[in-house]
Amino acid sequence: MPFIPHTEDDVAEMLASIGAASIDELFDEIPAELKNGKLTRVPTGMSEMEIARLMYERAQQDGFYLNFIGAGAYEHHIPAAVWQITTRGEFYSSYTPYQAEASQGTLQLLYEYQTMMASLTGMDVSNASLYDGASALAEAALMAVRQHKSSRRILIPQTVHPVYRKVVRTIVKNQKIEVVEVPYDPATGQVAADKLEQFAREEFAALVIPQPNFFGVLEQVDMLTDWAHDKQSLAIAVVNPTALAMLKPPGEWGHQGADIAVGEGQPLGIPLSSGGPYFGFMACKQELVRQMPGRIIGRTTDLEGKEGFALTLQAREQHIRRSKATSNICTNQGLMVTAATIYMALLGPEGLYRVAAQSHANTLTLAERLENLSGVKRAFQGPFFHEVALQLSVPADKVLNKLKAQGVLGGVLLEQDYPELKNTLLICATETKTTADLDKYTEMLQQALTT
Amino acid sequence: MLIFEHSRKNRRNYSQAPATRPAKSNIPDNLKRKSAPLLPEVSEMDTVRHYTRLSQKNFSIDTEFYPLGSCTMKYNPRACNSLAMLPQFLAHHPLAPEDTGQGFLACMYELQEILKDVTGMSAVSLTSMAGAQGELIGITMIRAYHDARGDTERTEIIIPDAAHGTNPATATMCGYKVIEIPTNREGDVDMDALKAAVGPKTAGLMLTNPSTLGVFEKKVAEMSQIVHEAGGLLYYDGANLNAVLGKVKPGDMGFDVIHMNLHKTFSTPHGGGGPGAAPVGVADCLLPYLPIPIVAHEQGVYRWLTEKDRPQSIGRLSAHMGNAGVLLRAYIYVRLLGAEGMFRIAEYATLNANYLMAELRKLGFEIAYPTRRASHEFIVTMKEIKDRTGVTAMHLAKRLLDKGFHAPTVYLCLLIEPAETESKETLDRFVAAMKEILDEIETQPETVKTAPHAMPLKKIDDVKAARELDLVWNPAG
Amino acid sequence: MSVPAELKYAKSHEWIRLEADGTVTIGITQHAQELLGDMVFVELPKTGRSLKQDEDCAVVESVKAASDIYAPISGEVIAVNDEVESSPEKINEDCYSAWLFKLKPGNAAEIDGLLDASGYEELLASEAH
Repeated sequence: MPFIPHTEDDVAEMLASIGAASIDELFDEIPAELKNGKLTRVPTGMSEMEIARLMYERAQQDGFYLNFIGAGAYEHHIPAAVWQITTRGEFYSSYTPYQAEASQGTLQLLYEYQTMMASLTGMDVSNASLYDGASALAEAALMAVRQHKSSRRILIPQTVHPVYRKVVRTIVKNQKIEVVEVPYDPATGQVAADKLEQFAREEFAALVIPQPNFFGVLEQVDMLTDWAHDKQSLAIAVVNPTALAMLKPPGEWGHQGADIAVGEGQPLGIPLSSGGPYFGFMACKQELVRQMPGRIIGRTTDLEGKEGFALTLQAREQHIRRSKATSNICTNQGLMVTAATIYMALLGPEGLYRVAAQSHANTLTLAERLENLSGVKRAFQGPFFHEVALQLSVPADKVLNKLKAQGVLGGVLLEQDYPELKNTLLICATETKTTADLDKYTEMLQQALTT
Repeated sequence: MLIFEHSRKNRRNYSQAPATRPAKSNIPDNLKRKSAPLLPEVSEMDTVRHYTRLSQKNFSIDTEFYPLGSCTMKYNPRACNSLAMLPQFLAHHPLAPEDTGQGFLACMYELQEILKDVTGMSAVSLTSMAGAQGELIGITMIRAYHDARGDTERTEIIIPDAAHGTNPATATMCGYKVIEIPTNREGDVDMDALKAAVGPKTAGLMLTNPSTLGVFEKKVAEMSQIVHEAGGLLYYDGANLNAVLGKVKPGDMGFDVIHMNLHKTFSTPHGGGGPGAAPVGVADCLLPYLPIPIVAHEQGVYRWLTEKDRPQSIGRLSAHMGNAGVLLRAYIYVRLLGAEGMFRIAEYATLNANYLMAELRKLGFEIAYPTRRASHEFIVTMKEIKDRTGVTAMHLAKRLLDKGFHAPTVYLCLLIEPAETESKETLDRFVAAMKEILDEIETQPETVKTAPHAMPLKKIDDVKAARELDLVWNPAG
Repeated sequence: MSVPAELKYAKSHEWIRLEADGTVTIGITQHAQELLGDMVFVELPKTGRSLKQDEDCAVVESVKAASDIYAPISGEVIAVNDEVESSPEKINEDCYSAWLFKLKPGNAAEIDGLLDASGYEELLASEAH
């Protein structure tokens, strides 16, 4: 039943004040031929107890698995305080902070978030988030085209997440922006430096540089960034925020640093939750700030000089600029950013480093053990962060099914998006995996390979 | 005080991070980070206190009445949150095999079916993460439709001038030229202007109904006919769907594509500015272009439809499945309501709006469209008050904060939407506060003009915020 | 409302001053300045750029609005006012001395098509309704 507090007396008094005989009369401006009160596929309402029972059953049906899948969404431990604070009604049920004086909590938190993300990426400024990593990359591509002015082409390596590439195409094609893909080196799993040469004489608004890339492999980011800048293109970094605790931040890549850094914020305290809600982050150099889409918070003062926070640079946005806005984006993923900010505050620099280092070490350990099995070899020789691609000598889909039957999700198949990579698994072992978990995976893979 | 100012070097939370700092690594030196990022070093208790205190500086639905026009700030039932956060749902990886997520997929499939029924559309895709993305999807599908017919001369999207700013921004993002048409004194779209605007270049019309002016567009059927006859398609911005839920279906009004904001009508939280969710519904003509993924139910099994199933789809808009957790909250909400609950939402939202409008009019506030019914919202014009006293809509809005009410949506006027979940007593308290402010405007206008006074801060200097950009804290000061 | 008699005006609320050397100086009018409110950002065209009449070539931004500036006549940009880029509030202080950019006219005939002070005042009066 709906959440409506009205008593019969209330309704009678309210109708009397309006001067209407019935609630129905309030809809008398809707032409009769349009009225349609039939709902055939909406079930009868449930009580809270009944819906709870149904959802418990459905949750139980889905169950728990020991998960070694990454590929863009990563299982990390989330401290209990993160979501207890995030779901406080004052964060959960507040609106976009347009009324600054009534939203200082959210605004200050977002300013702290911007500071953390700018530092993590090594960039000058950050916005208050976008929808997710894939759409953030699309927005970065649009931003690069606006800034570059002369070229409407974007170079994206095939080592960038395949779905990110699809999303970029969906979003930019309306604006007649061309996406050109760069192949990867089959030996290292990195952007093929020699293949870049073929693009040397062409003009591009930007080169996208993933770190780590979709295969988990680390790219030669300094070389790629300088290559882009040498030909007057922008360098767009797509990075994993956990990895940035260990890896050189985009702002320090090459001689000048990347121009824009984007990525998926999910690893920072957001549950896997079937794919969302997550959040996209975007940071950039100071000189690009007016091209950056999305909400941005500034620190200022009130009229008596006390420190306060407000949305700023709003004139770039759709509610003022309308058809000339930098983007149609109106929302950010405010609640997700609330969680991410609390997550980063709780972990601090050392905690986040340990999450990264443990995830890296676990994946390295697992890769070494699995490589020792007969019928398993590493697909690429490049160094990797917390994911590794392993090629099996037997049909990998059958192996995954055998693991699943024993409660283990053993990774994803790369063949779907890279037909040349037959029987190749992409495996991720974050800090959530114990030595026993790694042993279990090794044992079960061995069994699956031999039976 | 910022979280960074609570920080002390080497203070740590030992229980939340891995116990050791493994040295095992194959990362080359030239790819390693040389200096630690600027994250605070604070205890768990300090963190909890800091963010709890920050939360207390917010207005929210849980603490204050929030009559924000066009935002539908209704109560967010607690069950929707706690049941969407069951641990199995949270732990489920988006790329896990479909047979490990049948419970979740069943909820998504049923949500698709319910939304189809409520809107009168042929099919629904849940992938869109916000209203503006729903619009982007809708207009991209309209383009795909024309392109597939070889009809590539259509370069214009028609939008009423009263539309939300995302409408023209979206049309531009999709490579269209925006043709704005005016609204008449009654708040309806100027039909002559529409007739003059349509033609062989018209790709489509974007319309919100009831409109952002708070009235039902009575001639919507005629508009549909005019645009369709010119070969264009109709886009329904579902921002105000709450006003007509169970009364009128956008499909019956002749719309070809719609988005519905679940964070409005279906009570998912606003979260301080997101995440939203804005599923898109289409009529038959746009079916092939619907974005993926979509949930199918075949032989008792739920599965995602992909590029292989839908080769003409406009594609993907997110890495996985949009804001899945938000969709789950909306599903729980619609199951709690049921069909009978759906009808009552629009009824009581409309009752609340018309009551508030009647009471404010009795106080002497000028209503923008006095001859019209309010939909679930209405506009109070401030022109007479401003010309006479200098008090603007924004001044009044800030003074409302002092009285414990969130401000309505402010343009040059006030757009007020009370939502169905508010009781008569709350509305009466709001009316009393508006009366107090009206009296203050006459007797002590400066008090109103310099509001707020009772908030932790006085009016924020947003000119300074824009002129002296300070977007990132610098420890050096 | 201040509408200096010696200036020319465009319908999109720019003022144009004809200089003795044949160049023109362009700014925004008092009416435009008041409508926009506290100026926070100004973006000007690059020197040397050649503009077509009615081409949008600059942006002035306040907290609540952003407005495109259109070239009232065609011509080549020969100077821009760096001072208003660094201190946009100068436009609020005195919009007729805080000029935006100077053009070398490409087509003198276009100047004749601009409004004079009384024509601009009429325009303002008609827009007030």
